[in-house]
Amino acid sequence: MPGDTLTLLADRLRGPLGDQWVITDPVRLRTYECDGLTYHRATPGLVVLPETAEQVSAVVRACAEAGVPFVARGAGTGLSGGALPRTDGVLIVMSRMRRILSIDLPNRRAVVEPGVTNLAVTEAVRADGYYYAPDPSSQQVCSIGGNVAENSGGAHCLKYGFTVNHILALEIVSPDGDIMQLDALDPGYDLLGAFIGSEGTLGVATKITVRLTRAPEVVTTVLAAFPGVAAGGKAVSAIIGSGIVPAAIEMMDALAIEAAEAAVACRYPEGAGAVLIVELDGPAAEVAGHFEQVERICREEGAFEIRVADDPAERAAIWKGRKSAFAAVGRISPAYIVQDGVVPRTALPGVLARIAELSAEHGIRVANVFHAGDGNLHPLVLFDDAEPGAGERAEHVSGMILDLCIEHGGSITGEHGVGVDKARYMPKMFTEDDLDTMQLVRCAFDPKGLSNPGKVFPTPRLCGEVPGVRKGVHPLVESGKAEQF
Amino acid sequence: MTGRSPLDTLKATGVPVREAVPEDAVAGVLPSWVAAPGGVGEVAEIMRAASSLGLAVVPSGGRTKAAWGRPPERCDLVVDTRAMDRVLEHEAGDLVVRVQAGVTLDGLAAALAVHGQELALDRPLDGATVGGTLATATAGPRALRYGTARDLLIGITVVLADGTVATSGGKVVKNVAGYDLGKLFTGSYGTLGVIAEAAFRLHPMAAERACVTSAHPVSEDLGPLLRRVTAAQEEVSAVEIDWPDPREPYTLTCLVEGVGAQSRASAVRELLGTRASVGGEPPGEWARLPGETFVLEARVRQDDLYDAMLAVAGTVRVTGVEAAVRGWAAPVSVLRIALRTDDGPAAGDAAGAAFVTALRDMVEPGGRVVVVTAPEEIARRVDRFGHIGALPLMKRVKERFDPDRSLSPGRFVGGI
Ligand SMILES: Cc1cc2nc3c(=O)[nH]c(=O)nc-3n(C[C@H](O)[C@H](O)[C@H](O)COP(=O)(O)OP(=O)(O)OC[C@H]3O[C@@H](n4cnc5c(N)ncnc54)[C@H](O)[C@@H]3O)c2cc1C
Repeated sequence: MPGDTLTLLADRLRGPLGDQWVITDPVRLRTYECDGLTYHRATPGLVVLPETAEQVSAVVRACAEAGVPFVARGAGTGLSGGALPRTDGVLIVMSRMRRILSIDLPNRRAVVEPGVTNLAVTEAVRADGYYYAPDPSSQQVCSIGGNVAENSGGAHCLKYGFTVNHILALEIVSPDGDIMQLDALDPGYDLLGAFIGSEGTLGVATKITVRLTRAPEVVTTVLAAFPGVAAGGKAVSAIIGSGIVPAAIEMMDALAIEAAEAAVACRYPEGAGAVLIVELDGPAAEVAGHFEQVERICREEGAFEIRVADDPAERAAIWKGRKSAFAAVGRISPAYIVQDGVVPRTALPGVLARIAELSAEHGIRVANVFHAGDGNLHPLVLFDDAEPGAGERAEHVSGMILDLCIEHGGSITGEHGVGVDKARYMPKMFTEDDLDTMQLVRCAFDPKGLSNPGKVFPTPRLCGEVPGVRKGVHPLVESGKAEQF
Repeated sequence: MTGRSPLDTLKATGVPVREAVPEDAVAGVLPSWVAAPGGVGEVAEIMRAASSLGLAVVPSGGRTKAAWGRPPERCDLVVDTRAMDRVLEHEAGDLVVRVQAGVTLDGLAAALAVHGQELALDRPLDGATVGGTLATATAGPRALRYGTARDLLIGITVVLADGTVATSGGKVVKNVAGYDLGKLFTGSYGTLGVIAEAAFRLHPMAAERACVTSAHPVSEDLGPLLRRVTAAQEEVSAVEIDWPDPREPYTLTCLVEGVGAQSRASAVRELLGTRASVGGEPPGEWARLPGETFVLEARVRQDDLYDAMLAVAGTVRVTGVEAAVRGWAAPVSVLRIALRTDDGPAAGDAAGAAFVTALRDMVEPGGRVVVVTAPEEIARRVDRFGHIGALPLMKRVKERFDPDRSLSPGRFVGGI
């Protein structure tokens, strides 16, 4: 039965999209079965590759009419299973919508299609002295549409903010198939802000106006080696507390350093129990002033070696280890789980100590590589998938780390999103009323619940009739003194 | 229920409730009662009671913007948040603060200054509360560097019409778990729920501040100046335009904050020509509303600011309406235009309405013209909000959050 519906849908879409962009061949469908979180897999019922907003609209409208769920997919680098397809639904792949439509430097903005990669935006304006500030580590491949859906961050978001702070307007296809404009210029509810970070559950972004940021005059990168994470964590607090907002503060612990050395030979100071990468950028005078303070604080907190990079080559050398860290863990462990919890920055030392205890208690190694400046942990929970029970233990430790974050007033995800992976943790962080209220937004945009269903919320809310239950007509309306819309 | 008056039912919640007096009016509409809850739990109690009585509720804060927005179609009960004035949590090392919605921005600024921190929002009106600032999405010149309230808000607790309490976000600066209700409620004019608590990301107070001030004739194109100043490596935090009379020159004030502000400001001065001068703190009128009774907001892209200024000057010429303007450059650049129409009510009203229409014709579709507040007679003659692309979606959001239309009905556009 669903098969028939999808066959009819495919037939209907071949006209508007062109034969070759409607994929039904099972082998080709399989290539889209997961995103960056590979242990969730599902073969999509149908894959389409539209090239224009009108085509996206045609697809979504057809889905709405047939009651078929749809999932947008950018580059598929997501780490929470957000782009996990539906076997009974349509996967809308944005990879053909990759044009940069306009660059408007006087207005510091560019209009791009959702399939454009994050880095491509920066590359298009770099020569003019501008860049696109949010910089997920996946920026060479991830798409701006995916960034919008996840409200992605990156190392430099400490100073510059997240995707939501850099999007000025969106064209979206609503879950009914209507093309709509959400613009920061508009007064009223900030629907632009509400859409960003909604993980594809409120519609499909088809055109994105990004804010461009002026490249800073000076960038100074400091690598400080500490005996352990406790000292590093204290240095982070002291830097933030001193009134400096660095562009980035990243930390790696001994195990993460070991992995990075094995993979890319980054040659971080020998014997370091933790390294801190602090990047300062801005006007020369300010950076110079802040650098002195950062160096002094690091020494006071026990840094035994400090390296400084002022040019791109030296900077790249410092960042090399950090940037390779995720992939590098593969060198020291057959399998791993990446977590993305957040804690208040002042809680960092305590939380890191507790993670070390959990690791020891359960005999599961945990490598820490993280955005220390904003308390966003990325514990890599290592295990051997060949060893019976190891996966479960790793999963258990990983869940306990999230509990720890919630206990400290933090969050279960700082940038990777909830997706399918963390939906079950949402009730630990939010009450039922919180989740139900959030889903009122969903009901407004997508009453049929067809846009990326099963993500973010553990239990979907039934939207009921529009506009919901009424308690009778108000006397003023009845008497004609007020109108109801 | 027999014989019990609505006031009794409201009072039975234990929340302080009193009969309204003329000063409690919201955009000219007098409520019957005013409730003054002390916290989110009490807001929920009073909303549940109001909902059981079918009352229309309008939330209110410092009342600095009580005349903004459209008059509510119905207004039985005002929920006054001013008793909710506590700073709930401020862990200085986290650069985060959590407050009740009735805290004033001034009070908050004083409390944070002790720790050398600030909520980087301008304060256009004295006595404005956090809740009112969010509900009206008021911004100021420092939006250029820090963004606006929605960019600094990291968590929010709201109470819906039926008393449901909902929180989104939290108290960490980085968090993507769940939908961001804070965004939705920013600019909601009290039509979706009562904002009860909010958490914000803070900034360290700048070690140094300096301003560069320069006067420019209207004939001098602001565009190239702005491009130069905002691209300057000295990192200007804000550019304000002060233009008390659109027939006279305008003054630009560029704010530079942080280490080396003085020397950086001197470099910025070079970009503005010989007439520019460097001073210390921003002028006293910085970020203030240019008037009170009749204020428009033109919202445009940065590079369209000068065209918008010319449109204002032209409209002043054509309509004969006196205006005072203050604005700023940012991704959403704003000109706040205070109009004076004191030459006889009837003619004045017509001229005021004509001003709005004429200006809007020139500024749309690239920008927007919003009537922030206006005398009743004028307001009735014009469309206050102009074009809003996503209005149908906004209506649907309203229908879901407040199906009975009991929260500030009609205060916002399109009957929302
Ligand atoms: C090595 C590595 C490093 C990473 N580093 C970071 C990091 O530093 N910071 C960070 O935040 N993330 C990081 N990520 C996660 C990931 O790259 C981001 O979440 C990214 O934004 C996903 O983009 P994508 O194009 O791959 O989206 P996909 O994975 O294809 O999709 C992600 C979500 O977006 C939705 N979506 C995609 N396109 C659209 C659209 N046009 N309209 C509506 N919804 C859409 C999908 O339905 C899905 O829910 C990393 C991932 C990897 C593999």
